Amino acid sequence: MVDPMIPTPFKVTRVRRELADTFTLDLVPAEGRRPFAFQPGQFNMLYQFGIGEVPISISGDAADGGVLVHTIRAVGGVSNALTGLAAGDMVGVRGPFGSAWPMKEAEGADVVIVTGGIGLAPLRPAIYHVLANRKKYGRFIILYGARTPADILFRKELEGWRSRIDTYVDVTVDAAGTEWQGNVGVVPKLIPRADFDPANATVLVCGPEVMMRFTIQALNQRGVGDDRIWVSMERNMKCAVGFCGHCQFGPKFVCKDGPVFRFDTIRDIFQVREI
Amino acid sequence: MVQIEGMGKELAEHPFFDGMESKDRELLSGCAKNEVFDADEYVFREGEPADKFYLIRHGTVAVELHAPGHDPMVLETLRKGDIFGWSWMVQPYTWTFDVRAVELTRVISLDAKCLRGKLEKDHSLGYELFKRFIPVMAERVGAARLQLLDLYGQPAERRSRSKKK
Ligand SMILES: Cc1cc2nc3c(=O)[nH]c(=O)nc-3n(C[C@H](O)[C@H](O)[C@H](O)COP(=O)(O)OP(=O)(O)OC[C@H]3O[C@@H](n4cnc5c(N)ncnc54)[C@H](O)[C@@H]3O)c2cc1C
Ligand code: FES
Repeated sequence: MVDPMIPTPFKVTRVRRELADTFTLDLVPAEGRRPFAFQPGQFNMLYQFGIGEVPISISGDAADGGVLVHTIRAVGGVSNALTGLAAGDMVGVRGPFGSAWPMKEAEGADVVIVTGGIGLAPLRPAIYHVLANRKKYGRFIILYGARTPADILFRKELEGWRSRIDTYVDVTVDAAGTEWQGNVGVVPKLIPRADFDPANATVLVCGPEVMMRFTIQALNQRGVGDDRIWVSMERNMKCAVGFCGHCQFGPKFVCKDGPVFRFDTIRDIFQVREI
Repeated sequence: MVQIEGMGKELAEHPFFDGMESKDRELLSGCAKNEVFDADEYVFREGEPADKFYLIRHGTVAVELHAPGHDPMVLETLRKGDIFGWSWMVQPYTWTFDVRAVELTRVISLDAKCLRGKLEKDHSLGYELFKRFIPVMAERVGAARLQLLDLYGQPAERRSRSKKK
């Protein structure tokens, strides 16, 4: 068995600039293509040799095991260093780690995705999964919030999903000039307008924690129970396998019990400010 | 022109009046009329007298702020089922923002003088109306605060901004 503490070398096959500070890396194992199995919602530790490691969710399609896709926003030391990668470079990968979005449990229910900013990346595999298995799910709703129109991630794909008759997509931005024709306002405002059955919906939420807090309030007001809401917690990590305690979140470890949690199981510790 | 006939039914169809007794709605309908705004037409502009309040039946409006030396900013957009315009309740009854129709927009407008007159005479009607206004206002204040946090900004920028006094 591969030691989870030792990074496997992967080769960058493509770098796509998504936004001014966000890019997507396509990776394949350095020793030839081997399938890489993961579930939507899981993450890898990406190691920029000599600099450090960061947890990054997998943003590609779990059904396409050939290429491993990560979408990264440069915010600090390691993620900034990763922006320097080009096709042909090597990066270390440990994973996949963590819990997954409840795609099996959600079958038969409406699926509602509420996400903001880079939070769309960890949810993209869940979106691919629902679209590839569309008949297994009820109504499918994607609500997305970005900072400004220029910060809308995966814009072309969002437009493609919006154009499908079996998917409802609503996008909002926090700030815009008068040339923007779409919604302006925070993402929880989109919740009362979406047509889904609160008693039979599975809601997947990912974004900054404050955004998730207000989203959950709006979902509760709409009548969605905490046992139907799943959140992905992005707290800092080191080992990613439950050894170091760096990611401890109350009695849980985000790296192995999460990052995806059913909200009722962490409700009491959700407001904990630091870990 | 104020159309009294038929407006009671139209008010009943707007979610803002959900659960209001029909006699109260009928009273208010005396102040109501239908209006239509074309895409890019301004419903009102900052500084003008706030003589109405509006319920959106169809379409989208943008609440905008214009300041010299700055690009105009859209603060929020409102859609079918939403309401807008509080300034009719607060002296000096002057609009504090611009509101522009983003697309063809149909609204019900309620005349402010007519409304204030009715509410002055019938306080329980006033209470019924304000019970509907206050939660919307609270929700808008909450949303505006969340917007101010710049949730999706770069962590470093947000930190330095919060340190500035
Ligand atoms: C399970 C999981 C999945 C993630 N998935 C993605 C992803 O798909 N794409 C992506 O771009 N990022 C993702 N992240 C966040 C990413 O790991 C961090 O942005 C990264 O670790 C920052 O490291 P750095 O060395 O670049 O920045 P640092 O130099 O370590 O930090 C720069 C600034 O960012 C803040 N910061 C660092 N990490 C976080 C965090 N997790 N939450 C809030 N603020 C933070 C720091 O406090 C500091 O202010 C994920 C995190 C977790 C835990
Ligand atoms: S990162 Fe080490 S215990 Fe979770």
